[in-house]
Amino acid sequence: MVNIPEHLLQRSAEARAKALGISVEQALAEMKGESDPTVISKEPEVKIIDETPAPAAETPAPAAETPAPAAETPAPAAETPAPAVKVEEKPAAKAPDTDAPDEVDFAPEVKVTQRLLTVVKAKPIQKSVSEPVDKVNTWPHLMLPEFVALMAMTAFLIFLSAILQAPLLEEANPNVTPNPAKAPWYFLGLQELLSYWDPQIAGVMIPLVLGLVVWMAFPYIDRNPETHPSKRKFAIMFYTFFLAGAGVLTIIGVLFRGPGWNWTYPWIDGIWFDDLLDWIHFE
Amino acid sequence: MQKLSLRDRIKEARVSAGDSFRGGKLMSSIFRPGSPFRKGYVDSPRNRSYVVMNNVLYHLHPVKVKRHGVRLSYTLCLGGLSFFLFIVLTITGIWLMFYFRPTELAYVDIQTLQTSIAFGSLVRNMHRWGAHLMVLVVFLHMSRVFYHGAYKAPREFNWVIGVILLLLTLLLSFTGYLLPWDQLAIWAVTVGGNMAGYTPVIGAQAKFGLFAGLEATTATLLRFYVLHVLFLPFIIVIFMAVHFWRVRKDGGISGPL
Repeated sequence: MVNIPEHLLQRSAEARAKALGISVEQALAEMKGESDPTVISKEPEVKIIDETPAPAAETPAPAAETPAPAAETPAPAAETPAPAVKVEEKPAAKAPDTDAPDEVDFAPEVKVTQRLLTVVKAKPIQKSVSEPVDKVNTWPHLMLPEFVALMAMTAFLIFLSAILQAPLLEEANPNVTPNPAKAPWYFLGLQELLSYWDPQIAGVMIPLVLGLVVWMAFPYIDRNPETHPSKRKFAIMFYTFFLAGAGVLTIIGVLFRGPGWNWTYPWIDGIWFDDLLDWIHFE
Repeated sequence: MQKLSLRDRIKEARVSAGDSFRGGKLMSSIFRPGSPFRKGYVDSPRNRSYVVMNNVLYHLHPVKVKRHGVRLSYTLCLGGLSFFLFIVLTITGIWLMFYFRPTELAYVDIQTLQTSIAFGSLVRNMHRWGAHLMVLVVFLHMSRVFYHGAYKAPREFNWVIGVILLLLTLLLSFTGYLLPWDQLAIWAVTVGGNMAGYTPVIGAQAKFGLFAGLEATTATLLRFYVLHVLFLPFIIVIFMAVHFWRVRKDGGISGPL
């Protein structure tokens, strides 16, 4: 025989004693086989069955012996279920059948009070929200165009390097200042701004505050979730203005500024930007 | 027995030689299953997936991408080209390092490179124009992302990383600008460094730190050299890794519009 630990035996005996209304000692004795087990004689008072239709509960079984007697008869109720009970699934299945009175013998002798608590519809516990996306295999549909783009870029770069010589002026000499002294082209827009405004504003506040802080924080400032250009006209306009402004300032700085940062025309006075030395020649 | 023509016999011999090489132990050990270089590669969805999954370099890509994303007109491949230009610049840059000393000899080294070293001029040109091109392509990439609204949720943070990458690209280009040590280089950097001097509160310190002194000297040259060949590439690679990783994690390419 399996040796059951004492504390578990004690606990289950307490539960059994409570369920049957007997003393714990007796329950313990029964469980150990020392006395006859208590027979459970009484029926449960409340029985909850969710598939059984309600009519059977209202009419005790003997009532069905008399075929279709009165308004209380359950037979019509098979079509119209009792109020306050929502049962849609096969209501006639267990309803007493007046044509076959033999079946009544199988009806429960006990009076059963039953009610339908709820109807739970069958559905998955996890809801899938992703829509199928039209996709293609990376190989070859992405990698081949990518490879072509890389080859084209390589060819372009080698071609450019073969025909255009990178500038190399005289050796660096801190004592000889060229006029004008220009920054690399991507900073020339800033240098152009510096010629208009105070350096604190143009040289630092604009690039640092506008250029970096606002630029980085832009996705957090623009909370419009739309991506189509027609639904985000302000953002498109803002960026296009920035792009045009930066472009114009850079072109002015590169091509239209000569000695003393004075206005010059490249086709009259030549180009004062040494990075373009080998690019364009004006006689 | 049917007699084969000479052309068919040559073809048969070529195919069988190719098969025995591609199916041999050497090729099978180099190329993982699904590679087009292995024997028996057939164009099937399974093998198309293996091509990407079983290769460490292609693994940057997902197995499948959205159909609209492979249209050339959608991205113009600008992000990929930025990365590719970075690789070209790394290769040519390493090559240039063999011939360059960041001292008062720098200018002579560039002259020697251009006149006495095979392909020296070409590689230097590629490095310089490639750098300008990279600034341009990164900027265009940013514009493309903006016009497509591709910085919107959930990609906000990747935009921030992208702006940092643009900044690092500009810094890399700017530090490289000084290295030829000619009049163009030293005065462009002087102008740029003076702009840093206008920073409120710490302007003088910022300028001093950038120049390693009060003005551009050979100490500045060494400082810019170390920043250009080691420090900034190191930083930018880390940010690029995060950038590419986030592209995948944020659901691949944005759109369609």
